[in-house]
Amino acid sequence: MSSIPANETHITSYPRFIGRSLWLATEGSFGFYAWMTALTAVFLVGANAWANQVAGGMIGTNMTDQVSWGLYIANFTFMVGLAAGGVMMVIPAYLYHDRKMHDVVIIGELLAIAAIVMCLMFVMADLGRPDRFWHMVPGIGKFNWPISMLTWDVIVLNGYLILNLHICGYLLYMRFLGRKPNPVWYVPFVMLSIVWAISIHTITAFLYCGLGGRPFWNTALLAPRFLASAFVSGPAFIIVAMILIKRLTGVVGLDDPIATLTKIIRVTILINLLMVASELFTEFYTGGSHVSAAKYLFFGLHGKTALVPWTWTAIAMNIAAALLFLWPGLLSLKWRPLLVTACMMAFIGAWIEKGMGLIVPGFIPSTLHEVVEYIPSQLEWKVTVGIWAFGLMVFTIAIKTALPTLKQSSDH
Amino acid sequence: MTSTEPSKNRSLPIVENFTRRAAVKGAFATLGAGAFVAAISPLRQAAKNTTAAEFMQQHYTELSPEQKADVIARLEAETKEKYGADVTIADDRPIPGTKFVYAINLSVCNGNGKCVEACHKENNHDRATNQSYIRVLEMPKGTMDMEQGSTTYSGAVPKDDKFYLPVQCQQCDEPPCVDVCPVKATWKEEDGIVVVDYNWCIGCRYCEAACPYHARRFNWKEPEVPTKEINPDQSYLSNRVRPVGVVEKCTYCLHRTRRGKLPACLEACPTGARVFGNILDKDSNIRWILENKRVYILKEELGTKPAFFYYFD
Ligand code: SF4
Ligand code: SF4
Repeated sequence: MSSIPANETHITSYPRFIGRSLWLATEGSFGFYAWMTALTAVFLVGANAWANQVAGGMIGTNMTDQVSWGLYIANFTFMVGLAAGGVMMVIPAYLYHDRKMHDVVIIGELLAIAAIVMCLMFVMADLGRPDRFWHMVPGIGKFNWPISMLTWDVIVLNGYLILNLHICGYLLYMRFLGRKPNPVWYVPFVMLSIVWAISIHTITAFLYCGLGGRPFWNTALLAPRFLASAFVSGPAFIIVAMILIKRLTGVVGLDDPIATLTKIIRVTILINLLMVASELFTEFYTGGSHVSAAKYLFFGLHGKTALVPWTWTAIAMNIAAALLFLWPGLLSLKWRPLLVTACMMAFIGAWIEKGMGLIVPGFIPSTLHEVVEYIPSQLEWKVTVGIWAFGLMVFTIAIKTALPTLKQSSDH
Repeated sequence: MTSTEPSKNRSLPIVENFTRRAAVKGAFATLGAGAFVAAISPLRQAAKNTTAAEFMQQHYTELSPEQKADVIARLEAETKEKYGADVTIADDRPIPGTKFVYAINLSVCNGNGKCVEACHKENNHDRATNQSYIRVLEMPKGTMDMEQGSTTYSGAVPKDDKFYLPVQCQQCDEPPCVDVCPVKATWKEEDGIVVVDYNWCIGCRYCEAACPYHARRFNWKEPEVPTKEINPDQSYLSNRVRPVGVVEKCTYCLHRTRRGKLPACLEACPTGARVFGNILDKDSNIRWILENKRVYILKEELGTKPAFFYYFD
């Protein structure tokens, strides 16, 4: 099957490629099947919870008219960052011609695909009327473009998904045919995807920072902060993924890319902390009503403190991770477990900060200065965890599909 | 013999393995798909509540008169079926040459909350959640800072050291809620009223996040109203019973005001604090107030240009 026989065209060989990839991706050890089964089970719990939410109304969530977005939109925001974060592999690989990174860059692109799929699922989960989803489809629905930032987000997210599907699909397909990929067919798209990655997170920030009635979000620093934290969480996830891939599959040549990503986080995590500090100074030094949301977030307001433990956990994790990343020893092979710990702390820290710590205080106090607290309901957790499980399944399958390519490039 | 054996051994197990594995994978896939269908089975319940006609319904502004009549007939029948009430749903359009404006005299308002209650009944709000489009803030005298206010005050009103600030949709002339809606389910009509097509809204609640006056409400559940309490005088864009999962808001009671009546909250107000009218009518009371009183608007700095004014005597 090294190249297309004379009597075959892409029409027949592409489905064969898909079939073959799926077959290979579902081959594996007992551990692999256990992992996939567990994820499927969790996903099914989430799917069931979501179906109940649609049938019974969103009363099953703990959102209210005061806090009208919660865990779903929090995760959505974070996942956009994760999708954009993969670009931190693409930039060294394609702009700085880092050969080692180039060999494994597909991991970042596959992560982007899984993350965007999760984003779209979180948006769906948040809709009160998912059955009317088609109203948002340009052409048959009524698309409020260019005024509504949400329509921009729909465009850039789907565009990013298609871009990455094309890039990964093309490269893997060429490998399947045993041909050398033709740069004309993917390099321009990779370049475009770099710009596009920045755009998805910028536009997602614009969703929030364009709202004058929500002082907590209404800051020009929001988009840059989003990017900085995306460039922490994305690489952190990829580092852990690569350490696992190395362990489980024997792909070699991952250590240099891991080092590069570690060095990237070292910078981005500090930039992120700097921006947080700058924002906090502006809020608290100025005072006034602008600061109430930040007060609620860090210290509680009128005795209501539901978010305070989250916030300080995030801060502690971010600072601890930043310190670890600054330590040069973290790069050495023998400190791998510590690197994983640091990545996980940075990841969870960003998840809280970009998720609950960003979305919820936008609503507390409400625009009429009511303090109505929000703690996600069990149903919301189930749906959320279910979507995460699905995303991990997509990512696992995607990586398995790409394994031959990854192994091949590590051979030479 | 010996030369064929190994090759057989090499090829056969692979083929066997292949078919067996394919069968196992197929079984697992079937099992997974079956479990998925079972997991999402509650959706069947939801699907029963949505007819094909409702699913396919076009945006309000794109319905032909015949389609509109069909939609309204369907909605009336649904209300009868679900709530047991005979209602008429009209399609009240703006009266040319009208721009509705509201004003509240804060020196007079005593925080009794009759408007909140009247809105609740007039607009067929869910009984269990005690929903209403109006919220009244109890504010300490000597400040305009809403942060000092409370929406959950109780006890006898008015209290000496307090004044009362009712807030509802300000029918902004630059409404952020309209800008953010991804599907144009909400828009501003010629007489200034911002409306929602409850059959087009996808329930993303972006407008709820965008509104600086907490004027929008989401239907977290299907509204429950006892048959006897249903207000049968309804309009498509205002007080008809809303479906679950969509956003709603104050419409200046367009099913009344576009028929020459006053909003329910105004009629219910025992103090006469509320003034409503057409600002384009030079002889109207509201016009006189805007010209002669020192009026102010809420959160002027946001540039939303409310069509809702407050003043003190
Ligand atoms: S008050 Fe809120 S809902 Fe009403 S028009 Fe203004 S922004 Fe929209
Ligand atoms: S909730 Fe409905 S009206 Fe509001 S922005 Fe979303 S689709 Fe538009």
